[in-house]
Amino acid sequence: MLSIRNLKVSIKGKEILKGINLEVKAGEVHAIMGPNGTGKSTLAYVIAGREGYEVSEGEIIFKGRNILELSAEERACEGMFLGFQYPVEIPGVSITNFLRTAINEQRKYRGLDPVPATEFLARMEEKKQLLELQEKLASRSVNEGFSGGEKKKNEIFQMAMLEPSLAILDETDSGLDIDALRIVATGVNKLRRPDNATIVITHYQRLLEYIIPDVVHVLFDGRIVKSGGKDLALQLEEKGYEWIRNES
Amino acid sequence: MEAGIVQSIYDLKEYLTGVFAERQREITVHDTAFVAAKRARAFEWFSKAGFPHAALERWRGTDLSRVLSHEYQASPAPPSAELDIDSIFKCDVPHFETLLVTQLNGWYADRQNLIRVFPNGMIIGSLAAAFIKYPKLIEAHYGKYADDSSESLTALNTAMSQDGIFIYVPDNVTVEQNVQMVNITDFKQNLFLNTRNLVILGENSHLRLVQCDDSINHDITFINTVSEVKVGRNSTLDHYKLQNKDDHTTLINSMYFHQDEGSSVSTNGISLNGGLIRNLSHITMSGPHSSADVYGLYLMDRYQHIDNQVLINHAAPDCESRELFKGVLDDHASGVFNGHIKVHRDAQRTNAFQTNKNILLTDKASIDTKPFLEIYADDVKCSHGATIGQLDAEALFYIRSRGISEANAKILLMYAFVADVINKISIPELRQRMDDMVKKRLRGELSQCEQCVLNCSTHEHEKVEFKIDLSKI
Repeated sequence: MLSIRNLKVSIKGKEILKGINLEVKAGEVHAIMGPNGTGKSTLAYVIAGREGYEVSEGEIIFKGRNILELSAEERACEGMFLGFQYPVEIPGVSITNFLRTAINEQRKYRGLDPVPATEFLARMEEKKQLLELQEKLASRSVNEGFSGGEKKKNEIFQMAMLEPSLAILDETDSGLDIDALRIVATGVNKLRRPDNATIVITHYQRLLEYIIPDVVHVLFDGRIVKSGGKDLALQLEEKGYEWIRNES
Repeated sequence: MEAGIVQSIYDLKEYLTGVFAERQREITVHDTAFVAAKRARAFEWFSKAGFPHAALERWRGTDLSRVLSHEYQASPAPPSAELDIDSIFKCDVPHFETLLVTQLNGWYADRQNLIRVFPNGMIIGSLAAAFIKYPKLIEAHYGKYADDSSESLTALNTAMSQDGIFIYVPDNVTVEQNVQMVNITDFKQNLFLNTRNLVILGENSHLRLVQCDDSINHDITFINTVSEVKVGRNSTLDHYKLQNKDDHTTLINSMYFHQDEGSSVSTNGISLNGGLIRNLSHITMSGPHSSADVYGLYLMDRYQHIDNQVLINHAAPDCESRELFKGVLDDHASGVFNGHIKVHRDAQRTNAFQTNKNILLTDKASIDTKPFLEIYADDVKCSHGATIGQLDAEALFYIRSRGISEANAKILLMYAFVADVINKISIPELRQRMDDMVKKRLRGELSQCEQCVLNCSTHEHEKVEFKIDLSKI
């Protein structure tokens, strides 16, 4: 699904990612953990195609294709999804219309006709229930005036609607109370399929009690310094990041 | 070069002065003594002041020297009595029922019926005809609200205008139909036009007025329109100004509103295209418990220039004014917003709010925005805010990360930015059409060569299709 090899990325001459290697296979859930400022969000942005980063070395192979030359929208159309740590408010644009536009542009890219209105609405209903979204939420402007929890739920709702092959969830747990966390995690788990994959980026182990990862990576100072099974997250919780720092 | 420009300005003034002197008989043919006196005095003001120039504070950001350097023909002849108005203009906005009042080259176009009196008492017709037929109304209102002494172009208009539209709504009349004023220019030479309108609402009356400016040919045109609008006690006026002129057109649109006690004015100016546009909204609230909503939206590109001047005179207590102006400027386009709120000494408990927000799409585009609050009362709530920015990079990335193309993401953000001004349009059919036109404009598809600003679908009767379906936003 995703294969990152020796990825080196800098912003304004400062190297943030110093040679990342990552293999994610279909059906897997990976967690990337690490203290603040180690490059977790940068990694997410670079995979999703945000401009302003300088890739000096390495490649990102997504479904067999090097995507570094693709724009953010092309990557999305190829099946990539980024759940934002800080979802952006877009006043004046309803979620319904935003999603219908996105779905139709993605379908167009894949050579498909626009989604029929009834099918779209049925899918909206189904996914709204999955995320326990309020009825009126979908008619509101994208993220405008949403609480932190609503914004994060809306990210997973968009993911559910867009049905990506690979979802990267950047700190989706931050700012969530325990109920919202449970709903978000349940949503992610229900969307899991043998043909898709998820990368969960998180600071805390808490989310991983709900979303059980196949592999846990520790990102530290621009490198993945340790990878292991779900127990690694527990070890981290117990021993803290100091433990990694001392080991590396 | 500097001297050359000054020379040109001088020439046009001299030319107009010549026209005023040589064709006096023709220009003043419909004048009553009252109108003639106004005209003479106004010409003195203009002679003294000349054309506005950059040294004047209110004209600092709008340089007329280039457009004044052209040679124009002023005071065109009236259209022939046989003119078939339907042949030059037909509004085809779906379900938009309007009472159409057309002007051609400044003249009231229906030459067969210069004055129409409706069953409810409303009068619509030629202003020149009204000079003679309704001298009492004219003497009570004409030239009373327009400010000849401080706006020399308004003075020039008072001096040289020959016709325009006259609307009178008597007391206690609610005009059910939307009245649509369409000002068309069609002239084979460069045209300098002074058109004058007078709208009078009595007490407890209600009117929705849509004012469209459009051109048929593409010659260089300078349109200097002055409208005086009196809104009587407890009356409401819902006014729209739709501007879609070509790049060779200069449009000076000066509106002088005068509000009595308990009246409400809402005026919304949507400028989609135009070489140089200057809108003046001059509002005086002379009676308590009045309200004024002044909105504007401008989408300019290439070398277009837009100037919105708002002066709100809070002359009575317990009044409220709200201003919201939003604009997107692309390429080398430039803009000015000047929001002057004056709260007079006795205007206690005034609420006055002003917002101007701008997006500049290139580093060559510019906006000069200036709030100017002049407050002499002490119990007043006033606020103002002006912003200038670019499209938000994070928001663009967010939208693109969902698979929406960069071009469409930009349109989506620009549309989202201006949508609240469009949503202020209270006539649903008009709002829908403006919505479509703004989207077309943002997609770079709107041409200004069609007839009415509302007539954008003349050559494509199918529904306007967007890659982004914005219809449900």
